[in-house]
Amino acid sequence: MTFSDTKQNHPDSHLERVPDFGCAPVGSDAEVRLAEIWETTPGWRGWFSTVDHKTIGLRYLVTAFIFLLIGGIEALIMRAQLALPEQSLLTPEQYNQLFTMHGVTMIFLYALPILSGFSNYLWPLLLGSRDMAFPRLNALSYWIFLFAGIFMYASFPLGQAPNAGWFNYVPFSGPIYNTGPNIDVFALGMVLLGISTTVGSINFIVSLFRMRAPGMTINKVPILVWGTLTASVANLIAIPAVSLAFFLLWLDRQVGTQFFDVANGGKPLLWQHLFWMFGHPWVYAIVLPAMGIVSDALPTFCRRPLVGYTAVALATMATMLLGFQVWIHHMFATGLPTVALSIFGAASMIISIPSAVAVFAWIATIWLGKPVFKTAFLFFAGFIFLFVVGGLSGVMTAAVSLDLQLNETYFIVAHLHYVLLGINVFPVIGGIYYWFPKFTGRMMSETLGKWSFWVMFIGFNIGFFPMHIAGLLGMPRRIYTYSSRMGWDSVNMITSIGSFIFAIGILIFLANILISLKRGALAGSNPWDAATLEWSTPSPPPAYNFAVIPVIASRHPLWEDRLNENSKRSSLTQGYLLMEGHETLGTSPIDAEPVTILKMPGDSYAPFFVGLFVSLFFVGLLLHWWYFAGMTAAACCITLVIWMWPRKSLAQRTAPKTAHLSGRSP
Amino acid sequence: MNHIFFLGASNAIVASAVEAPLNYFLHSYGPAAKPTMYLGWALAGLSVAICFIIALLLLTAIFRKRKTSNPHKIESEGKGLQWVYIGTGISTVILFVLVIYSLTVLNQVAKPSQTPSITITVTGYDWWWKVEYEHDDPAKRFITANEIHIPVGQSVLIKLKSADVIHAFWVPKLAGKTQMIPGLINQQWIQADVPGVYTGQCTQFCGVGHAHMSLEVVAESVEDFEKWQNAQRQPATQVLRAEQDSGYKLFMDRCAGCHAVRGTDAKGEHGPDLTHLNSRRRLAAGVLTNTPDHLMEWIGNAQLLKPGSRMPSFKLSESEISALALFLSTLD
Amino acid sequence: MNKVIHFEQQPLPVGSDGKLSTGWWGVLALIVTEGSLFGFLLFTYFYLSAQTEQQWPPEGLPNLLMPIINTAILLASSVFVWVSEYGIRHQKKYWSIGGMLIAVVLGFCFLKIQLIEWGEKSFDITSNLYGSLYFTITGFHLFHVIIGLAILLLLLVWTSLGYFDDKRYAAVTIGGAYWHFVDVVWLFVFTTLYVFPYL
Repeated sequence: MTFSDTKQNHPDSHLERVPDFGCAPVGSDAEVRLAEIWETTPGWRGWFSTVDHKTIGLRYLVTAFIFLLIGGIEALIMRAQLALPEQSLLTPEQYNQLFTMHGVTMIFLYALPILSGFSNYLWPLLLGSRDMAFPRLNALSYWIFLFAGIFMYASFPLGQAPNAGWFNYVPFSGPIYNTGPNIDVFALGMVLLGISTTVGSINFIVSLFRMRAPGMTINKVPILVWGTLTASVANLIAIPAVSLAFFLLWLDRQVGTQFFDVANGGKPLLWQHLFWMFGHPWVYAIVLPAMGIVSDALPTFCRRPLVGYTAVALATMATMLLGFQVWIHHMFATGLPTVALSIFGAASMIISIPSAVAVFAWIATIWLGKPVFKTAFLFFAGFIFLFVVGGLSGVMTAAVSLDLQLNETYFIVAHLHYVLLGINVFPVIGGIYYWFPKFTGRMMSETLGKWSFWVMFIGFNIGFFPMHIAGLLGMPRRIYTYSSRMGWDSVNMITSIGSFIFAIGILIFLANILISLKRGALAGSNPWDAATLEWSTPSPPPAYNFAVIPVIASRHPLWEDRLNENSKRSSLTQGYLLMEGHETLGTSPIDAEPVTILKMPGDSYAPFFVGLFVSLFFVGLLLHWWYFAGMTAAACCITLVIWMWPRKSLAQRTAPKTAHLSGRSP
Repeated sequence: MNHIFFLGASNAIVASAVEAPLNYFLHSYGPAAKPTMYLGWALAGLSVAICFIIALLLLTAIFRKRKTSNPHKIESEGKGLQWVYIGTGISTVILFVLVIYSLTVLNQVAKPSQTPSITITVTGYDWWWKVEYEHDDPAKRFITANEIHIPVGQSVLIKLKSADVIHAFWVPKLAGKTQMIPGLINQQWIQADVPGVYTGQCTQFCGVGHAHMSLEVVAESVEDFEKWQNAQRQPATQVLRAEQDSGYKLFMDRCAGCHAVRGTDAKGEHGPDLTHLNSRRRLAAGVLTNTPDHLMEWIGNAQLLKPGSRMPSFKLSESEISALALFLSTLD
Repeated sequence: MNKVIHFEQQPLPVGSDGKLSTGWWGVLALIVTEGSLFGFLLFTYFYLSAQTEQQWPPEGLPNLLMPIINTAILLASSVFVWVSEYGIRHQKKYWSIGGMLIAVVLGFCFLKIQLIEWGEKSFDITSNLYGSLYFTITGFHLFHVIIGLAILLLLLVWTSLGYFDDKRYAAVTIGGAYWHFVDVVWLFVFTTLYVFPYL
């Protein structure tokens, strides 16, 4: 054991010191001490107070997946209703609530949170850090997400769920035409969820710029990190638009303002602008990290690094920059001048160029590599095909005059499902197959895995491809039934059959998870022989992630010896020890040079209670319990003050005396 | 396997497609829709071709033969960039051409080549369409509902309004859709080259009746159109004779609050104008064909046939039904 | 075998260190998203004012005297927050406490004057479109002022209790940055609501 000998510390050593550099193999005193410093208290106390990014990440994944299942069941009920013409399984109002909640659930409660789950779990592991920049904000972000999800479903059992579609156009969602609590639940729930997303985004951005392992310069971070960073920056800029829109709508409904009130000069189109200025960047926010999953995991199964790393990273950011310029393509039919339509139509076509970069980079990676046909690979390869289909139907809708036909028909439904299932769900499930060994220490069954892929892939295409044709046959979205004379019978029957096959695929996947959790083969730290940093930690990783903070020399720290590059080698077993409390290394934003030793906060109940009080505040607003709202707001502020209260000194939780090594000489 | 299924399925789909009344993709008529149809064919053909090429590339990339080598070997990073350059280059060229083509088509369909001869204002209601034929002479203006007649070969300007929430006017075989936004007057134009009946549909989600909000555009020869127009301009002519009938009284009592019949005291504006009810092809914005039996079925069971409709289901006695039917039969 | 990468061993600051602290980065990100929020609020104002046919503003042109004075008060408070931060960094604790105290007092003056402004309006938030916009936008800003004042008060308490010194003052920098943001964003709000109608 080499425990550093560089102890030439500054006189004021609690404010400045030379970090110890050395090894801490499993079972060494140093490693035991780290575990004691970082591990969460077991039991319910730890359950409510933990700020471990891995726990939070898994919670995000599980919660978001439950929402996916709920949204999926809603979809199946709708498909049963639409399987045959003129059925009356559902009333129109029930159907409207179902499709609205299906959209809200999938887009807001599943698609981004599941990616936040991956990023939360993986971010510090990919970057070589012991935690996120703001561990407690991380916990807060999860709790608010959970409470917002419950909030938005609160009126569902009463038959009063949101019913105006996920984009909730006024004046239909306004006080005159929608008098129940349906829309208020949606409006306040979205503002609440916006807090969670914003807080999470800030955390990702700051973590990326401050918490990378030394040597991991900005051009060495994994593409998933680029994707999540881009999505997070976009969220910071775009989320306020939708939060504001929903807040103004709530004011219109409950206070009597007139922003969208046509009779008094309000403008319904204002809603569409605000919503889509948010909505389009959001679409990219829920696919770019998923594309990052593929860009990072696909190379592992191709036994070579990604082709065109720089091009793909730049394409990711270019997509988002352009993504802010195309919101009007959701509004081509609103009667805007032809010139505006032309500009936004052209921009909407141009935005597929960065996507082409990624597609050809993936295909080249497979072509030049030696593919290993594991389940995850199948999901990623299938994803590439679905991405192309969804992308091409997107180009078709970017042609303005054609969009005036396709818009609001099933063609759009087909397009958005190819995009959201193809580019989000397939990489996500592939990603779970890929990282499950890291999450749990066990492998998933390959046999069940391949069954799940083929059933899902075939079911998906049978289910969703005919929707294109339904759209070309003129079937509008959001109709609860249709007449046989419209000629839509067979396409709808096929779609319904396909959607149930797809659901069976998801069930096989779930069964695989449950079985593998108990009986899967033990994984070891790097079962796929992958290249990135998370595979250098044990599976599952210990509470402190890295016994020593590694020093990184390339994008593929675990493949360096075999890549035969003439660059320096990463230092994985020797690194920064940092064990005087909850510590990790802060580095400079671009070059990742060590600049500070960060004292990380420990577990705390504050995030849970802040989340709870904020959510109860929104309950108060919803029910017009103004005193209750005031009290919860005050409670929230008090908890925040306790949270923020500085310590007298920077002393932190240290390990018990038994493992204290400070007196020991090397 | 998957694709074989598609082929079988698409045959069945094509068979049913022929009859689909909203099938703009294969059957568009008139200068406001045809260029878009050709654009759609070009884009769909191109998309299918690209899908096949990419699928082929992908399958070749996956299954092509490789020299067996040490499984632990990792290929080096640098190679393969030409894939990205060439692929992106070709995509960019294709997209550039598509931008130009699609903008050309947009300009073709944005405005009619000659000034429209007729202007119609269509107002969306929950869940039906009010249709007003404009004319410089106020006496020649008239109102109808859910059915628009146009002369073949002439461009028609349609002004779009909404009385409540956002709807969208879409007669896909004649033109793309335009939203009807309260507080705003949007415009579009249509022109039919061939006589016929073109179905339209509301395509902006507008509430419980959204699925049951369709309309019809009847394109007919100029003479037929003039004849129809002159007939529509007349007030209800036979009504006066029936004024003492119980059916008339029943109508005034129960229906006139919402419906208007020109030439009588019925002046309601919440529902469709019924002056020439029997001249129309369908009832209740497309729910039923317009026969006397269907009409009475509709009056008795509106909430069943079109749930949530503003029209209540009326419980009428046998004698009331026959009296009302007799009166309504005069509205032609 | 290639050489293993290595960084020179040198002393590093421990914990929150001014602009190296994560909190500083966090507040910058917060300012981006809050700035975006005000951007969309002002977009809403311009969108509606450009399309309206109503008398705009309904009372005629706004009186500028009190708002200008109030703007000056708010900007002055920013200066005193800066003084406070300067003081703590240069071991002048009483300068720091004094600066912060004056900043808080000025902030409360702004709040009070703004509430008087509200009271003098002949319309309220539900009277007309302009009223909805005026009270929502200034309300959003006032809410931020209140949050900012709470932060400044906490900083004042913490500084007085001796939590901060010339080595450890990140919280003052961070809280101060937020207050500066609240002040700068007021300039945009002021320009939009008070100056723009004159143009």
